Amino acid sequence: MAPRDPAASIHQAPSSSFTDHLSRHRPELLPSSRSLGPASHGSAGELAPQATTIVSLTYAGGVLMAGDRRATMGNMIASRHIRKVFPADNFSVLGIAGTAGLALDMIRLFQVELEHYEKIEGTPMSLDGKSNRLAAMVRSNLPLALQGLAVVPLFAGFDTQRRAGRLFSYDVTGGRYEEYEHHSVGSGSVFARGALKKLWQPNLDEEDAVRVAVESLYDAADDDSATGGPDMVRRLWPVVYVVNSAGNREIPERELQELSRELISRRTAAGLEA
Amino acid sequence: MTQQFYVSPEQLMKDRADFARKGIARGRSVVVLTCREGIALVAENPSPSLHKLSEIYDRIGFAAVGKYNEFESLRQAGIRFADVRGYSYSRDDVSARALASVYAQSLGSVFTTEGKPFEVELAVAEVGEDPYSDRLYRLNFDGSIADESNYTVMGGQAEIVNEALSRTWNQDADFGSAIRTAVSALSATRSADGSGNGQGPEPLGAGLLEVAVLDRDPLSSRGTVRAFRRINTVELDRLLSSAEGD
Repeated sequence: MAPRDPAASIHQAPSSSFTDHLSRHRPELLPSSRSLGPASHGSAGELAPQATTIVSLTYAGGVLMAGDRRATMGNMIASRHIRKVFPADNFSVLGIAGTAGLALDMIRLFQVELEHYEKIEGTPMSLDGKSNRLAAMVRSNLPLALQGLAVVPLFAGFDTQRRAGRLFSYDVTGGRYEEYEHHSVGSGSVFARGALKKLWQPNLDEEDAVRVAVESLYDAADDDSATGGPDMVRRLWPVVYVVNSAGNREIPERELQELSRELISRRTAAGLEA
Repeated sequence: MTQQFYVSPEQLMKDRADFARKGIARGRSVVVLTCREGIALVAENPSPSLHKLSEIYDRIGFAAVGKYNEFESLRQAGIRFADVRGYSYSRDDVSARALASVYAQSLGSVFTTEGKPFEVELAVAEVGEDPYSDRLYRLNFDGSIADESNYTVMGGQAEIVNEALSRTWNQDADFGSAIRTAVSALSATRSADGSGNGQGPEPLGAGLLEVAVLDRDPLSSRGTVRAFRRINTVELDRLLSSAEGD
């Protein structure tokens, strides 16, 4: 027997990644391990609820992300209460558009991934590291995306080294693109983006940034049937998170209610068709 | 071929236990104690980066003495166990009891089957809603497990620290005074091996200590479900010096 080189085992040391651990020891728990079997014709996308519009924008000292509360299945509303924006860890948030079931699982896995790394290594992951881990997760979902079950996240965080808010968008192949100023994903993103282009300004303060996000989602809901607007009857408002040097914080419903009411009365007073 | 000599199982186990005990006795002590505000973990550890205390899960902390490579691999395995359990079931289904029991099994099987036992002692602490639901498990190198109440001490010269704590531990203490109690109990070992100049032991400074706490209610105090929080040197210095002001 050849003498064993003890140093050769270094690269086999357990990694700090929770996803790697799962794929080695419990692959059945990974969201991407689900298979629809041999490529069936037709799309599975119509069978599952789809989550829609997410907007994200930078402001003075941080970055903000907001999502509407609607999930659709074909022409039906699957959920009015769904939350699509979640904190990933203390200094980052992510929002996901696409197949809701897979998206929620991916968010949960990503949250554990970041926390796991932090606990094993004793230090938080860098913002670029986090965005790259998310890219790998999106990429592993590619086979399902080709069968109509795409998941498209938007990731935003406060870079504690550069002292600035940054945001990243992804495509279904795991391509990672850093976005500047603002970005949106999901079915209503075209309309939200149009609104953001007119409403966003450099160095917005936090309150104005929240107002801009709520208004751009309102515009998306106005033209896209899959995006939900503020629901006065059920008292449902968008989910909004801000991230700055102090960490992330969810904007309380009370403030969002006030902003939504103010926005609707302003639009009502204007009385314009579009 | 050499002839294997017969060694009785009693002798074999005794030799292994003596070996492990010797290794552990060389290490510095760690104290885990409960108090009104939660659970405090205090270790004598001059290294700022090679930790003896760690977060395992939302309400569960870990403390160890002995060989670093051995308890570090156990710590990482514990985090993986807890994260897999929490991910596949729910965050509420991760308990210190389950973790302590897998640690006990792993330590026990290494003790009996491997060439050399682990030279480590571990403590697994879970902070509860109130002091009565705090859980504190202490694991030995041979896989034996003890359900401790109030406080536990591990490492070399544990008896001296234990004796000091038995006089000074107080259930109603806040974190500040619980940490001061633990530090003065740990400092008691310094007179035993020091010159013994009659002025009492010199207290350990913040630079020689590693301190962490498990908050009883982290959600209302810090807005997170993760109870584990390290006390950095600056904060620790302030905590320790406020004792002198009393």
